[in-house]
Amino acid sequence: MANLKNFLNNSVDDLPQSSSEQTKILAKKSFVPAILITISFIYVGLILLLPAANVFVTAFSKGFGPILEAVKRPDFQNAIKLTVALAVISLPLNTIFGLSAAWAIARNKFPGKAFLLSVIDLPFSISPVVAGLMIVLLYGRLGWFGSWLEANDIKVVFAFPGMLIATIFVSMPFIAREVIPVLDEMGTDQEEAARTLGANDWQIFWKVVVPNIRWGLLYGLVLTNARAMGEFGAVSVVSGNIANKTQSLPLFVEESYKQYETEVAYSAAVLLALLAVVTLVLKEILERKTHNANSRK
Amino acid sequence: MVTTTPSSPPDKKRSQPNAFLKMLAKIPWTWVITFVYLTFLLILPIVAMLTKAASEPFDSFWKTATSPLALSSYEITFVTAFAAAAINGVFGTLIAWVIVRYNFFGKRFLEAVVDLPFALPTAVAGLTLATIYSDKGWIGSLFAPAGIKIAFSRIGVWLAMMFISLPFIVRTVQPVLTELEREIEEAAWSLGATKFQTFTQVILPPLTPSILTGVALGFSRAVGEYGSTVIIASNTPFKDLITPVLIFQRLEQYDYVGATVIGSVMLAISFVSLLAINLLQAWSKRYG
Repeated sequence: MANLKNFLNNSVDDLPQSSSEQTKILAKKSFVPAILITISFIYVGLILLLPAANVFVTAFSKGFGPILEAVKRPDFQNAIKLTVALAVISLPLNTIFGLSAAWAIARNKFPGKAFLLSVIDLPFSISPVVAGLMIVLLYGRLGWFGSWLEANDIKVVFAFPGMLIATIFVSMPFIAREVIPVLDEMGTDQEEAARTLGANDWQIFWKVVVPNIRWGLLYGLVLTNARAMGEFGAVSVVSGNIANKTQSLPLFVEESYKQYETEVAYSAAVLLALLAVVTLVLKEILERKTHNANSRK
Repeated sequence: MVTTTPSSPPDKKRSQPNAFLKMLAKIPWTWVITFVYLTFLLILPIVAMLTKAASEPFDSFWKTATSPLALSSYEITFVTAFAAAAINGVFGTLIAWVIVRYNFFGKRFLEAVVDLPFALPTAVAGLTLATIYSDKGWIGSLFAPAGIKIAFSRIGVWLAMMFISLPFIVRTVQPVLTELEREIEEAAWSLGATKFQTFTQVILPPLTPSILTGVALGFSRAVGEYGSTVIIASNTPFKDLITPVLIFQRLEQYDYVGATVIGSVMLAISFVSLLAINLLQAWSKRYG
C-alpha cells in the first residue's frame, strides 16, 4: 500500500491544480490500481496457479506413500532415465549450435540476417506433432533415409535416436535467442582489445566472451532443459510410446492417466512440476542477473 | 528458399568432394556448425514433408485437405485458439500493465507465475486441467449441476489453450510498456484528458502492435498445441477434435499421406503466422 501512496503522490505533484480538485482526483484514482492488481491475481490464479497447485495437492493427498510406491515401478524408473538421457544429450548439442549461431549472427552483418533469425525461430511456430511427423517422414521405414537405415540396422523412429532428434528440434532456438541480445549489448571492444594483446580465438572465447554471456547462456540452458525434459507432442509421434523402452516421463504421465492409474500419473507429474518450479526460480534469478549485468553498462 | 538449399549439399558432397571440402575449410566454423545443424535438423525435415505432400496429385491432396473431418478440425482449432489468444490479449495486457506500473505485495511472485506455462510440461498441464475441470474437480463440480461440461469438451480445449498462450502476450507487451515515456501521459493529463482518454489515445496506440504480436504468438502456439489439449479433450470428431490430434490419429492408422497433407496445411499456417509476427514486430519497432 505504501507504493500505492507513492504512485498517487507522484501524479498529484505533477498536477498544478487547486487542492479541492486534487483530493477529488485522488479519491477517484485510488481504486484503479487496486482493482487492476486484484483482477490480475484472480486471472493468473484461476488460469495458471490453480492447475499448478492441484498437481501438488492431488499427488500428496495420500502422503508420500503412493509416490514412493510408484517410483519403485520399473517403467517409471525407465521413464525417468530416458527423460534425463534426452536432456543430457540434447543440451550440449544445442549449446554448441546456439553459441555458434549466436556468434555468427551477432558478430556479422549480412543480407538476410533477419531471415536467418526467423529460420532459427521456426521450431517455435511449428506444431510439435508436425515436427514429429517430419522426422517420421525422413527417418521412417518409407522415408528418405529409411532404406539406408534399415540396411545398416539402425533404428531411429520408434526408438531413442528419433526421440532425441525430436527433442533437439523443439528446443533448438532457446540458447541462440538468449545469447544474441547479450552479444549485441556487449559490443566488440573487449574482444578487439584482447586480440591486439595477442589472444587467440579460443582464449578470447573462454576469457572474454564466456564471462560476459554466462548468465544469458545459463538462462537459455534452463529453458532448453525444461523443454527437453517436458516435450510431449513431437516425442510422442516419434517414439511409438512403448512402455519400458521409448516412454519418457511426460509420455508416462499421459499413458498412466489413460490407463486410469491416476495416482501413478500424478506421481510422475509431480516430479515434472518440481522441475518446473526449479526452472522458474532459476529463471527469476538469472533474469535479474542478466538485467543487472546489462544495466551496469 | 526452402526447396532449393537442402538438396544441393548431399549431391555436391558426392560429385566433387574435394572442391566442396576446400570451400568448407574457408568458411568460419561457427557458420559451418550453424548451417549443418539447421540443414539436417530443421530444413531437411521440412523439405521431406513438403516433397512428400507435393508428390500427391493435386486433386487428392485437395480432397484430403478439405475433407469434412479436416475442415471441422480446422474450425475447432483456429476459432478456439483465436478465442483463447484474444481473451489473453486483454488480460495479458492488463497483467503486463500491473507488473510494469505498480508496486505491490507479491509482484515478483506474480511475475514468476506468469512464466509457468513455459516451464510446466504440457502433459502435466493437460492432466491437472482435466482433473480440475472434470465433473468432480475443483471447478468442474461447480458447473456440473448446471449441466455444463468443461473437461472433455471444447471449453476444456479453450481453457488449455488459454493456459499455454498467456505468457506470450504478457512477455511481449511488458518490455514495450517499460519503454513507454510517462511524460506524454502526464502531458495528456495536465491538458485535461481523462484517465480513459489518456489510455485509449495516448497509451494504447503505441502498445497495439506489441499486443497484436503477443496475440499472434499465443495463437500460433495454441494452434499447434498437442500435449495439454489431447488430454483434456474427448477427441470426438466434429466436436472437439483439433487438427494436431487428427494428424496424430492419421499416423497411428499408418495413413502417412493423410497425415502429411494435413500436416502441410498446418505448416503453411505456421509460415503465415511467422510472417505476420515478423511484420507486426517491424511495425512495433517503428514506434520505438
